[in-house]
Amino acid sequence: MSRCSKLVDVGRRQFLRGGAIAATGAATATVLPAERAKAAPASAIVDYPSNKLANTADLAVNEPMDIKYPDADSPGALIKLGEAVEGGVGPDGDIVAFSVLCPHKGWLMAYNGEDRTLNCPGHFSRFDVETGGQQVWGHATQNLPQFTLRVDDKGDIYAEGASDLIFGRPSNVL
Amino acid sequence: MAYKRQIDRLPIPPANAKVHNVTCHYCIVGCGYKAYTWPRNKQGTLTDNAFGIDLSKQQPADGTWVAPSMYNIVRQDGRDVHLAVVPDQDCVVNSGLASTRGARMAENRPSRVTGTQQQRLSDPLIWRNGTWQPTSWEDALDVVARVTARIVTEGSEDDLVVSMFDHGGSAGGYENTWGTGKLYFESMKVKNCRIHNRPAYNSEVHSTRDMGVGELSYAYKDYELTDTIFVIGANPLETQTNLFLNHMVPGMRNGARFIIVDPRRTVTVNAAEEVAGAENVLHLAINPGSDMALFNALFTYIADQGWTDSDFIANSTFQGGEAQPLDEAHPAGLGSMDYALETCRTSVEGAAETCGVSAEDIVKAAEWIAKPKDDGSRRKCVTAYEKGIIWGNDNYRTIGALVNIALATGNVGREAGGVCRLGGHQEGYYRPSDAHVGRPATYVDQLLIRGGGKIHHVWACDHFKTTLNAAEFKRQHRRRANMVKDAMDAAATGTREQQVDAIVAAVNAGGLFVVDVDIIHSQIGQNAHVILPACEANEMNLTSMNGERRMRLSERYMDPFGNSKPDCLIAAGVAQHMERVLREMGDDAYADQFKGYDWETEEDAFMDGYNQGNPEVTYERLRSMGNNGVQEPVVGYENGQLIGTERLYADGTFGGPDGKALFCAAKWRGWQAPGKAREKAEHEFWINNVRANIFWQNQFLDQDNDFIQDRFPYPFIEMHADDMARLGIGAGDLVEIHNGNGATQGMAYPTDTAKPGQVAMVFGSPAGSQGNVVNPGVNELILPNYKHTWGNIRKLADATPLTKAVSFKSKEYKQA
Repeated sequence: MSRCSKLVDVGRRQFLRGGAIAATGAATATVLPAERAKAAPASAIVDYPSNKLANTADLAVNEPMDIKYPDADSPGALIKLGEAVEGGVGPDGDIVAFSVLCPHKGWLMAYNGEDRTLNCPGHFSRFDVETGGQQVWGHATQNLPQFTLRVDDKGDIYAEGASDLIFGRPSNVL
Repeated sequence: MAYKRQIDRLPIPPANAKVHNVTCHYCIVGCGYKAYTWPRNKQGTLTDNAFGIDLSKQQPADGTWVAPSMYNIVRQDGRDVHLAVVPDQDCVVNSGLASTRGARMAENRPSRVTGTQQQRLSDPLIWRNGTWQPTSWEDALDVVARVTARIVTEGSEDDLVVSMFDHGGSAGGYENTWGTGKLYFESMKVKNCRIHNRPAYNSEVHSTRDMGVGELSYAYKDYELTDTIFVIGANPLETQTNLFLNHMVPGMRNGARFIIVDPRRTVTVNAAEEVAGAENVLHLAINPGSDMALFNALFTYIADQGWTDSDFIANSTFQGGEAQPLDEAHPAGLGSMDYALETCRTSVEGAAETCGVSAEDIVKAAEWIAKPKDDGSRRKCVTAYEKGIIWGNDNYRTIGALVNIALATGNVGREAGGVCRLGGHQEGYYRPSDAHVGRPATYVDQLLIRGGGKIHHVWACDHFKTTLNAAEFKRQHRRRANMVKDAMDAAATGTREQQVDAIVAAVNAGGLFVVDVDIIHSQIGQNAHVILPACEANEMNLTSMNGERRMRLSERYMDPFGNSKPDCLIAAGVAQHMERVLREMGDDAYADQFKGYDWETEEDAFMDGYNQGNPEVTYERLRSMGNNGVQEPVVGYENGQLIGTERLYADGTFGGPDGKALFCAAKWRGWQAPGKAREKAEHEFWINNVRANIFWQNQFLDQDNDFIQDRFPYPFIEMHADDMARLGIGAGDLVEIHNGNGATQGMAYPTDTAKPGQVAMVFGSPAGSQGNVVNPGVNELILPNYKHTWGNIRKLADATPLTKAVSFKSKEYKQA
């Protein structure tokens, strides 16, 4: 027998001590299935993989690198901006990463290096990579999912989370 | 840094979730959504869910996705349930597209669980002991009825001033316009009333109606079939988003050219260029307020070229010269095409000078609208207009001049044609006759400012944010309301009778007793003495029609918040208490006028009103028509389907004399509204009054939405860089716009496409009412000119931490 049913037994004994409603408890117990449903244990937050995206040496200013995170079906962009921004990582505090699926209808967006925005060809939404992916103008109801980055001593850049739900999935980690 | 939701997964609707039809209750387009609700302790799985798709896989572009804003936990039949409101792929209006407004319907629901929209009113409030105190409906309605009955019997119904919605969607709808309409236009004959967005009870488009052409006559699919889309004073990508994306864009992809008349370059111009190619988009950036001159030149040129539709003109338009002379109720004469053209005649060169655009571009516009194709066939054109001319210069004649072009070219009542307003809210008007209001109607704001009226019933309107001459209106309204508050405070320990006596004495001394019916405690509600909590669409069943007259039943999927109620049932409550109080006062005859409100539900109000005039239409039948509904007018019911009308005037019969349409003798007269010409001469900047897609109306819900307020914490004021540099203003600085009418403030938004000397301020903001600086000038029929205001600008403060975090990049899509 599993540990689960032992716990049920403990619970039942405690319940039967209740006296007045003991009969009900006993009656309920008699119709319990032999195998009790087991509550699936789950973490309160999604467990994100820690994936190496690149090394700081691989990045040139304002030349986005295509990445996939948290899995191969979720395209993103890793960008070194050349100037520190809030939320930026790396020695210069200027490295950021975002999902490039538009959070309106999931179209793949393109980077405009001139004004450092991601632009959606589907319905003309655009997002500012220098202000944490804020929607400059558009139809989405959230800002761009920004990937949480960590840089180790060797300059390797890891993605380890996301700030918002990525288009097209009920959970960022499927 | 931008607002992060920090949400990385959402509950999945199970396969057995309840599904409800929802029509978005924000803009007039009325996109279809499905609301899924399911018990708190249940969920679907990746493979077994309400959408019937495998959610373990990344969904493709345009695939089904529940964004966090589409999710909430709400109260349904007394229980907390999960809610997901998701755009409907099968609705012909939006084909699965969600706007940034509609996609937030779920998160803009009040929820005690998730903490959203806790600003919603839950209980009636009465001004007591120096603040608003919660009370019962019985108590609140007793005060309203006692004071109202005293005032209208001791004086007259003219002492009762009413501000009330007339639209569909969130506040109005057929149920609620009927409830309020029956109360004020049948039980009473209130003539001192006004509509939510203008200072009188009147049409926004008198002239087109007088010409026999209703303003919503086409079908949205006409945009997909036409040769030319002609848009004036509108910014449909922002304000009728999915009409633009799901109908105009396909039209352009099918080869339609796009003409847009707007002094400002907007995201609509940018998007049209992306879709159609810049060579197929003509942006006529005319001088503000000069639209009529442009229309008259187009009308003249088209007529002189012989590009008119002579059969249509002969068969469907009036032939006998003048049909309606210019008079007090008609700011222009109406009649045959020849008659109108005599007055409208304007040369292309003359218009070019007035409008500040090239003669070549005016000719190009005329060609795109009306020049027969190379094979000799007729060119088709859909004409669409909105606030740029409705709230613009010389409303009556300007709209008339535009409709002239559509009539002359036969582009009304036919596939791929139409001359229609784009609209703001959905429509949902069903009321007893308003003929007693008169035309011109009372300028209600001025009446209140002058000390007229003794009671003000306000239904879902916030003039403090949205009216013109708002600074003065607020001062006077507050002063008069405070007289009553003081009197109520002084009589706080008295009996109900003594309290009512104190209120009546205060209003007779110049005070104003204010009853505010709303979903939140609004800015004008700060002056209220009784506040009555209403609910919204989907907290009740609600019927409305969209901009192509598509009527749907948007179903109730949650309980009204707290003790709030549908407006129609609040109106019924007022009527029932009026009847009781009047009977107590011994006025049985008057009391009898308030009978007939024994409604238990909103459906009862619908059956008492709309159904009486449209007996085919019931809730059950509408429900079965789903999110595609039926286009009004409904002409029958066959095989379980309501039979609607795709287009009005399809048989060539119009609403003028003998079924003929009339042309408008639209004589150009420069600035029509009093004070505009002088204001322009005396100030440096034209203050354009504009909208932004992310705000619904005056932000009454958005003011409590973190995502929205993070983007624009203060109203944006788009300015040219040279103007900013000259005035020492940086991005995000707080600036003041001021003129002789008042002052308002916002946040400077550097905009490379702004013209020097022209700024664009977003309308209706709770953090800066543009109406403060709009002068009281109106047209002959009391239509306000919000769009034309001039002022000077000065810096108030450096960018704040909030505005420093905001992106000030161009709003225009820019390909890599």
